[in-house]
Amino acid sequence: MSAIDIEQNNQVLTAADGTPLRTALARATRRAKWRAFGLVLPLLLFVIVTFAVPIGQMLVNSFHNTAFSDNMPTLSAYLSENDISGVPDEAAFEALVTDLRLARENKTIGKVATRMNYEFSGSRSQFTGAARKAKKLEPPYKEALIKLDKDWEDPLLWNIMKRAANPVGASFYLAALDMEYDETGSIVRVPEKSRVYVPLFIRTLLLSGLIAGICLILAFPVAHLLATLPLRYSNLLMIFVLLPFWTSLLVRTTSWITLLQSQGVFNDLLVASGVINDDGRFQLMYNQAGTIIAMTHILLPFMVLPMYSVMKTIPPTYVRAARSLGASSWTAFWKVYFPQTIPGIGAGILLVFILAVGYYITPALVGGSSGQLISNEIARHMLSSLNWSLAAALGSVLLFIIILLYWLYDRLIGIDNMKLG
Amino acid sequence: MKFKLLLTSTAVSAAMFATAANAGELTIVSWGGAYTVSQTEAYYKPWMAATGHKINSVDDANPATPIKAQVEAGNVSIDVADIEYSDAVRYCDEGLLEEIDASVLPAAPDGTPAVDDFIEGAITDCAVANIVWSTVFAYDASKISGDAPSSLADFYDTEKFPGKRGMRKSAKANLEMALIADGVAPEDVYATLETDEGVAQALAKMGSIKDDIVWWEAGAQAPQLLADGEVAMTTAYNGRIFGAAVGEGKPFEIVWDGQILDFDLYAIPKGAPNKELAMEFIKFATSTEPLAAQASWISYGPARASSSALVGKYKDGETDMAPHMPTAPDNMKTALVNNFEFWADRQDELDEQFSAWLLSN
Repeated sequence: MSAIDIEQNNQVLTAADGTPLRTALARATRRAKWRAFGLVLPLLLFVIVTFAVPIGQMLVNSFHNTAFSDNMPTLSAYLSENDISGVPDEAAFEALVTDLRLARENKTIGKVATRMNYEFSGSRSQFTGAARKAKKLEPPYKEALIKLDKDWEDPLLWNIMKRAANPVGASFYLAALDMEYDETGSIVRVPEKSRVYVPLFIRTLLLSGLIAGICLILAFPVAHLLATLPLRYSNLLMIFVLLPFWTSLLVRTTSWITLLQSQGVFNDLLVASGVINDDGRFQLMYNQAGTIIAMTHILLPFMVLPMYSVMKTIPPTYVRAARSLGASSWTAFWKVYFPQTIPGIGAGILLVFILAVGYYITPALVGGSSGQLISNEIARHMLSSLNWSLAAALGSVLLFIIILLYWLYDRLIGIDNMKLG
Repeated sequence: MKFKLLLTSTAVSAAMFATAANAGELTIVSWGGAYTVSQTEAYYKPWMAATGHKINSVDDANPATPIKAQVEAGNVSIDVADIEYSDAVRYCDEGLLEEIDASVLPAAPDGTPAVDDFIEGAITDCAVANIVWSTVFAYDASKISGDAPSSLADFYDTEKFPGKRGMRKSAKANLEMALIADGVAPEDVYATLETDEGVAQALAKMGSIKDDIVWWEAGAQAPQLLADGEVAMTTAYNGRIFGAAVGEGKPFEIVWDGQILDFDLYAIPKGAPNKELAMEFIKFATSTEPLAAQASWISYGPARASSSALVGKYKDGETDMAPHMPTAPDNMKTALVNNFEFWADRQDELDEQFSAWLLSN
């Protein structure tokens, strides 16, 4: 169909089968879109099933805990229906004893006691003990229970039970931030000796920043060398950078223990060469120094690689031009070369920092007690204390901090400037 | 609505274990290192040879830990676990373990019923003891000149005996030992620990050498730290030190002062995939002969009287086992028996206080 025909007929363009061209095109692209979607569908499902859903469910744990409300149904119902303040009267104690007997029978008292113990230290034995004797208790239950343990007339305990009766609550987030509810229900900081998590968050961020900084200083010259050497040398060097990647994380970490422990290779060499005497061996393992050294080594390739890929694309002629125009070697580096490497530096720092914030195997093995990071506490609550709600709350706080830092990074440097390769 | 954690990776592993179950395979979790070796030689191998079933042996720094996680997640892969007394009592109370009928346990060769043959307290509602072990402290004799350390007070005296100290990263045993080192009589230890002041006293004692402590978690780490010279002294499970000293010829010495005795017991997690087979294994392993056989691999005392009579020499054929047992009269003079009721009730909160103490500066 010629252009003249269109003008003459003043009709829409049609495809060979007579349908309007616009519709045919839309249909064709829609089909292509569906095909493309079909191709990514397996990955999308995989990510949803193995990543988004479990993480989502885990995070729900941080504000949703049914250990008390499910296993103490009568008391929970009583506490949510009646607005009590302080220690309630006999009716509540009667509900309590009913539930204690039930929990003893169903063997769920352990769950209840553990849940209460999170917020009221020492109440574990109080609950299990009361449940053990609940069958023999006679009314009036209030006096009977208080006779067993005077903590039953502690208004703080009843406040906690009242909050625990509602499965949804913020108490685990408060715990993750070293805070708690006091007797009056207002939020206060926990006693100084129990403040653990906030200092640990700060330590984690500081150490991760430090490690990213050390990685930057170490990686910059290496990446530059890799990018400027002739290919046959740089390929060999590249293998050295990548070699640690092919070695198990655990092996690399334990190798550092062998090298750096106080009776290890490094200290032995220093003693043998007379730099230090036998009593003055450096303590480089099982403390913060161990964490910093081992993590810097393990994360170094994540800094080298993005910087290398960016430096590779910087034409050497720019620096040469600057030099021929009279710039000193420092000016040529600082004003011409360095600004062009910033996308690589940004990517490297972001990668190393975010990986470091979540590290836990290496600090667990070499960190002693001063080199532990927040992830070690999250792992402890996941695996051994089994306080999943607190682990989830700590994890959410960490996630929030990372997102906040990412947002800051975007505002200050711009995420578009980042180049991973 | 009840939210249940869905961990896909564990679901996959559960599926794998489910297929393995058809082939008659037991998953047994124990403490690793020399201890698992002794159980492999004395229990696993003879049982596999006799029955044709397979045993999948798994190590953990504390086999009780995965039980709770697995049962609460409703996804149990462990059939048998070797756990400490207080955990056995606590987990039984919490419904995390299958109950065990003691009457099905085999009698001693002379016909004494199992319930009378086992040491008092060795059979609980949910678990059967196999050994008596203890937490002791040990040092490397080649590194100490002059007086040798002889008491827990020496363990805490870093001026007289300079060097780092290895300790298990847990509240249990450490708090008791700290109090004994601080002058509390063994019989008063648990009464003291009942009070907040007692716990504070123990933590303060540990705090006096906190910068010198190297923490270990798996039992095999303790002799390793000592062998590396990383610590001058370490607390350890007595069998591990014996294994390194007698088995590997290391110059390690055990100090029995203030040793803390405990049982290790076999238990079956609630909902174990091969419950019946697991019970068959426990019946075999805790019968007289295998218990006695284990003592020729590691210096832990068998939990049956009839087995104790059969205990002879170490696998090298020379060393008499009797004086190395934690229950030997000479070693028992100042021993403290772990108060399982105390720990069953207080472990969670003391662990919490311990880790807060650990992380504070």
